[in-house]
Amino acid sequence: MAMTDQALLRYSRQIMLESIEIDGQERLLAGHVLVIGAGGLGSPAALYLAAAGVGRLTLADADVVELSNLQRQIAHGMTDLGRNKAESAREAALALNPDCRVEVLGEHLSGEALTAAVAAADLVLDCTDRFSSRYAINRACLAAGTPLISGAAIRFSGQLALFDPRDPESPCYACLYPPGEHGESDEALRCAENGVVAPLVGLIGSFQALEAVKWLSGAGTPHRGLSTFDGLSGDWRRFRVPRDPGCPHCAGR
Amino acid sequence: MPISVSIPTLLRPLTQDQKRIEVEGATVRELIERMDNQYPGIKQRLLDGGEMHRFVNVYVNDDDIRFVDNLGTVLKDGDNVTILPAVAGG
Repeated sequence: MAMTDQALLRYSRQIMLESIEIDGQERLLAGHVLVIGAGGLGSPAALYLAAAGVGRLTLADADVVELSNLQRQIAHGMTDLGRNKAESAREAALALNPDCRVEVLGEHLSGEALTAAVAAADLVLDCTDRFSSRYAINRACLAAGTPLISGAAIRFSGQLALFDPRDPESPCYACLYPPGEHGESDEALRCAENGVVAPLVGLIGSFQALEAVKWLSGAGTPHRGLSTFDGLSGDWRRFRVPRDPGCPHCAGR
Repeated sequence: MPISVSIPTLLRPLTQDQKRIEVEGATVRELIERMDNQYPGIKQRLLDGGEMHRFVNVYVNDDDIRFVDNLGTVLKDGDNVTILPAVAGG
């Protein structure tokens, strides 16, 4: 479908980039991204994806907006207190770009619903705040063969990694952080208990959106390894992440 | 043979807020023992039953020690060691 003059104007600053051009923009418009978690990471990620012209977004979150979220979850405002976060983020995304088709999954995604949502998308952004969700999303992405862009942020530290189940060289989330024998529990770090500085989630969520735009449009090369950001020093670093031959999620894939 | 160790923000209260410390050690295990002598309490945060805690990765230069020789990974002069806790916040 040819873009209207309005669309050509709206996306002109992206179309003029030689690594995107009209073809890349059309691929974005044809793309469908599942954003799981509409909080600190999911807010900027969803807003940038909608603004950048991703044609279809599915936003999943079961939580409601609370006052302590507004310090960093910029898709939500005062009038959204008590509303479902995915609903609230949908409204914010549509306010930026009404041409984006935005669907909401307002329940906690697990089991078959998670598998179906992941299989329906071209790309998944993990913007959740607990390990149990991260492992479940990883398994669903491996099962469906859907690439996963994982972001995380706590205190002043952020991380990003991209996992592509269709690439035999690519690790999965469990290769990076193996689940222990105690199961895939939530014993480690969450914002609710550890705090997080507001713009940090903006950086990492935007980085996820950037990788998604690159992936869908075909610009550049997909992110490799694990990127880490230390907000206190401003240092970015990158580490190699090989496949774990004994990985409980993806060995023998 | 000093090794430079990057300390994550979460553990900096144990290292007087230093983001990088210099420690000697022929292996990662020895490094952690010596770090604990200098900064008591750090070993307890890193090890769980004598093995690395599963939510903490250790990199020697750019490589995860799980794919080298775990705590037995040999260190050489000038290596950079990074302690990196898994992060789930979103």
